[in-house]
Amino acid sequence: MSQIFPRSANTISRVSIVGAVLLIGLLLGLVYELGASPWVTRQYVAREQPIQFSHERHVAGNGIDCRYCHTSVEQSRFAGIPPTKTCMNCHSQIFSNAPFLEPVRASFNSNKPLRWTRVHDLPDFVYFDHSIHVSKGVGCTTCHGQVDRMPLMWQNSTLQMAWCLDCHRNPERNVRPRSEVFSVSYQPPSSQHEVTVNGKTFTDQVEMGKALVAEYQIQKLTSCSTCHR
Amino acid sequence: MKTGKAFWRTLDELADDPSFVERLHNEFPSQVEAITDPTTRRTFMKLMGASLALAGVTACTTQPAEDIVPYVRQPEDLVPGKPMFFATAMTLGGVATGLLVESHEGRPTKVEGNPQHPSSLGAADVFAQASILNLYDPDRVQTLTESGDVTSWPVFITTMKAAMAAQAPLNGAGIRVLTEAVSSPTLAAQISEFVGRFPEAKWHQWEPVGRNNARLGSKLAFGEFVDAQYSIEKADVILSLDADFLASGPGSLAHARQFASRRRVEEGHSMNRLYVAETMPTSTGSRADHRLPLKPSEIEGLARQIAAGVGVGSASAGSGEAAKWAAAVAKDLQAHRGTSLVIAGDAQPPAVHALAHAMNQALGNVGQTVTYTRTAEAEPVDQVTSLKDLVADMAAGKVDLLVILGGNPVYTSPADLEFSKALDKVQTRVYLTQFNDETAERCQWVIPEAHFLESWSDARGHDGTAAIVQPLIAPLYGGRSAHEVVAVFSDKPEQTGHDIVKSFWQAEKPAADFDAQWRRWLHDGIIPGTAFEPKTVTLAAAAVNTPAPAEGGAGIEIAFRPDPAVFDGRFANNGWLQELPKPITRIVWDNAVIASPATADKLKASNSPASRGGEHGTIESSVVEIKFNGRTVRGPIFGVPGHPDDCVTVHLGYGRTRAGHIGNGPGFNAYALRTADALWAGRGAQVTTTDDTFPLACTQYHHLMEGRGMVRAVSLEEFQKNPESVHEGFEAPARTITLYPDWKYEGYKWGMQIDVNACIGCNACVVACHAENNIAVVGKDQVLRGREMHWLRIDTYHSGNDPNRADETYFQPVPCMQCENAPCEVVCPVGATVHSHEGLNDMVYNRCVGTRYCSNNCPYKVRRFNYLLYSDWDTASYKLGRNPDVSVRSRGVMEKCTYCVQRITVAKIESEKENRRVRDGEIKTACQQTCPTDAIIFGDLNDPNSRVAKLQKEERTYALLAELNTRPRTQYMAAIRNVNPELSA
Repeated sequence: MSQIFPRSANTISRVSIVGAVLLIGLLLGLVYELGASPWVTRQYVAREQPIQFSHERHVAGNGIDCRYCHTSVEQSRFAGIPPTKTCMNCHSQIFSNAPFLEPVRASFNSNKPLRWTRVHDLPDFVYFDHSIHVSKGVGCTTCHGQVDRMPLMWQNSTLQMAWCLDCHRNPERNVRPRSEVFSVSYQPPSSQHEVTVNGKTFTDQVEMGKALVAEYQIQKLTSCSTCHR
Repeated sequence: MKTGKAFWRTLDELADDPSFVERLHNEFPSQVEAITDPTTRRTFMKLMGASLALAGVTACTTQPAEDIVPYVRQPEDLVPGKPMFFATAMTLGGVATGLLVESHEGRPTKVEGNPQHPSSLGAADVFAQASILNLYDPDRVQTLTESGDVTSWPVFITTMKAAMAAQAPLNGAGIRVLTEAVSSPTLAAQISEFVGRFPEAKWHQWEPVGRNNARLGSKLAFGEFVDAQYSIEKADVILSLDADFLASGPGSLAHARQFASRRRVEEGHSMNRLYVAETMPTSTGSRADHRLPLKPSEIEGLARQIAAGVGVGSASAGSGEAAKWAAAVAKDLQAHRGTSLVIAGDAQPPAVHALAHAMNQALGNVGQTVTYTRTAEAEPVDQVTSLKDLVADMAAGKVDLLVILGGNPVYTSPADLEFSKALDKVQTRVYLTQFNDETAERCQWVIPEAHFLESWSDARGHDGTAAIVQPLIAPLYGGRSAHEVVAVFSDKPEQTGHDIVKSFWQAEKPAADFDAQWRRWLHDGIIPGTAFEPKTVTLAAAAVNTPAPAEGGAGIEIAFRPDPAVFDGRFANNGWLQELPKPITRIVWDNAVIASPATADKLKASNSPASRGGEHGTIESSVVEIKFNGRTVRGPIFGVPGHPDDCVTVHLGYGRTRAGHIGNGPGFNAYALRTADALWAGRGAQVTTTDDTFPLACTQYHHLMEGRGMVRAVSLEEFQKNPESVHEGFEAPARTITLYPDWKYEGYKWGMQIDVNACIGCNACVVACHAENNIAVVGKDQVLRGREMHWLRIDTYHSGNDPNRADETYFQPVPCMQCENAPCEVVCPVGATVHSHEGLNDMVYNRCVGTRYCSNNCPYKVRRFNYLLYSDWDTASYKLGRNPDVSVRSRGVMEKCTYCVQRITVAKIESEKENRRVRDGEIKTACQQTCPTDAIIFGDLNDPNSRVAKLQKEERTYALLAELNTRPRTQYMAAIRNVNPELSA
């Protein structure tokens, strides 16, 4: 009896077995990548807002501190979005007739709040607290990126749980001196850039981080109920 | 394993019926059909497949965009994301409880007691806890209507002005005001002024669950209306004559705190002894060292016998158990002159109150354990006479304008007065109400009433301390307060509630810096120096010489009591309270005809669980018909151990027809039997069994622990002789039983201690937990399937071998034990329940896929599953009241007690910011904070000086089901009974 399968069938079957495994792996990898991609996480996607508010203009241009507008960042879980009154503190004097500020004036006069689009939106089952991060030496730009270079605000981190846990497991990689928390120009220590904390000079982030973790009594909180309840 | 004393929770457990045990073992009976039926099974698989596929797809979608809406002008002092607390007060029966209310960005979300207020001392009762749900009730009256048509406030003012003008020449002969009991000094002054302008106008008061008998008793004894003020902590021996002074009535929160302070044997005080003679078993009765179940008619006789024993009046020494009891109690009271106390219940006739006053006088207790003051009510009257007069005038057509300020009299007035028929003869009927209820149906003008969290007012606590009621939110539906309505009739319609109250107090307590003083009062929640001074009263000889009531009478006796959950009916539309298992009976969503098991048997009524439902048994109760004074109602009968024989108790507040979506329907209306001369009890009722049955949902049959892990209790004598006696018959495995090394809890190690000796089963913790943790209400149908969601349940245990006698009753609150060796954690396939570094048994809702393995493996049965979408995700007003710090759970998710982890987190963050550890007492769980008896203590077990760590080392401490080596973090303290040796035999 002649052979049913030609000799090449061996190769084809081997290739297709390997190919199937690879394909499944590829598909899984694709789903994973998709899940972590900006399409899902909205990382680096600038959002339209009712007013073309530029952090670049206000932070880098005018040198306004984060806390002038985000007043409750040191006390509360919520950093605070400024009330219209805060805008009008300056804009009743400067650009007081600028057409692009018309929504601000309308809000102030009609007592109707502005509706901003949320850029950093955690799922509702995540309970994040700004105040404790700020007081433990996590800088604004660590999570929010170089806000002073963002004409329109975007989300600089994935905000996925793996990203949170990265820092919760290894806080020394990210903490900075408390005095630098609100600085947008802060550079972490490196061989080219020295950072002095309490009279001690560091050239390595991890080295400084370890010293700060000890000083600020930073715990590695990874219990579920730290964030979920 | 039979250990220690024999305790039981249900009559079936006591009977040890094999079929009951079988049903008990059938854990998920309600799903059995679905799995065996092939069609359903196939549908189930299809649906599951589809949902799995869809779940995969939905995970890839992005979150919808959300808005952030900041203030235009942010209020000063408000920090977004941080709650604020404001002091206010809630009145019930006219008497105030001081509260602190939590507000998130202007939305009140949680009620707590005000520690500075003498009627609260930091605790809050079920009604105060649940009041927040009434605020957001979508069934509230939302517009001002005249004969059903929407109208406006200015129209109302004009119409009323005209009505008043018409009355002016008649001296106001046609004007009547009907209120509930009023302790508000401002409102009383306003009404007096309004009525005073018209010499013929009258003010009537009616409170269906009022203290009329107590008032009349004080008049009988002293010739004037006075309130007795008790110092329970000073009393060594207390006799309660049908008084539930620990759990209901004015000052009960303070009484409970004082009582419990004398039940902690560790603290070195001598323990007090409580005697209770009562009809319906109550929280107070269950805490009694000796309890005597008596029919209502027998209590006065017992009071006379005890009185004679302490030298007040004379009574023929009876025979039998009651006589022996009376003699022993009298002897004990005599032996504690000046440190004893006799309290008569509000349901007792005036003669019993007078006897109690006379006994306290004879025992030298006046000035020691009891003092007398003027009444908290501004204008005390005999309310029955007051209401009768009003009805007579209405029926005679003498009333042209009737202003009803709350209270729902059509529903609550005695049936024989036929209030509603008389009401129809009144020309203009004005009704201020929160709900479109039975009275609103018969009034032309229905004014939406502002909730106490929406209005300005003032009120007095039980000891007279005045508090300003301040609003936390603007009226949601444009409601008005009673002050603003009365102001219309006083020709000052422009006055706001705030101005009325403030100007009253400005005149009352003028000061140069009144504004500063006013702000102080608002901040503290009390007006200092307003508690009443003790009054000197003289006992009238006539007090004890009232004729004894006639004996006997055929038929069954009937007693009326306010419902422990819906009170007089005003909370009928409150889901939290409807679903609250009532103390003792543990019935939800219904009232029942309560009788002793023997009486129920005699009536051939069965109330054993029906075969369907197993552990989650429905109680198919026989419906009985009660005929009393020519009126009949029908209701399901329910046997309660410890209820006297040949007597039934019915609870008021049910059978509402116009309460709202939740309150319409459940139960039967006991008011239909209640007459003006038998407000609290009557003789000669006929109870006949019908062929109908009615399913009662009784959570006492849920989460049974099959005879294991019972409550522990010993007598004081035994305990003093051998403190180890608490643990006799129980054994906990050694900690070395495992090969694994112990986990080191380096930071905090949270633990909880629950004192069974202090717990009065009042349920305040259960409602507090509901409010704090956004727990859903599931409805009667789901409770019948054993699916109620309470994270904290209170188990009632009885002891003794006679089902009719509850020799001892104990309450054991059971939240999650936060086991160190948690059986739930090891079986979760998705890691949704895991141990935290601080020993909490974390429940991660967003990971849970609903296998229910954890609940199957939990020996304490404290896990609750969202079988359906129980949380209301749609009703806008409910969203305002939720705690923003806790997730609202969806369908298919397991949930359970978390030790209020949101409160732990907040306290930890605050302490971290200050670089210190959390202080002992800084974190209070919701249940602990509201507990009137301080029975729940939470804290850090790693801190040797914390209260909880010290208590867990006490001899009385025991762990539930310790033999399973779960190492629960929640532990209990055994109950100790201070038994009188003369009665123990």
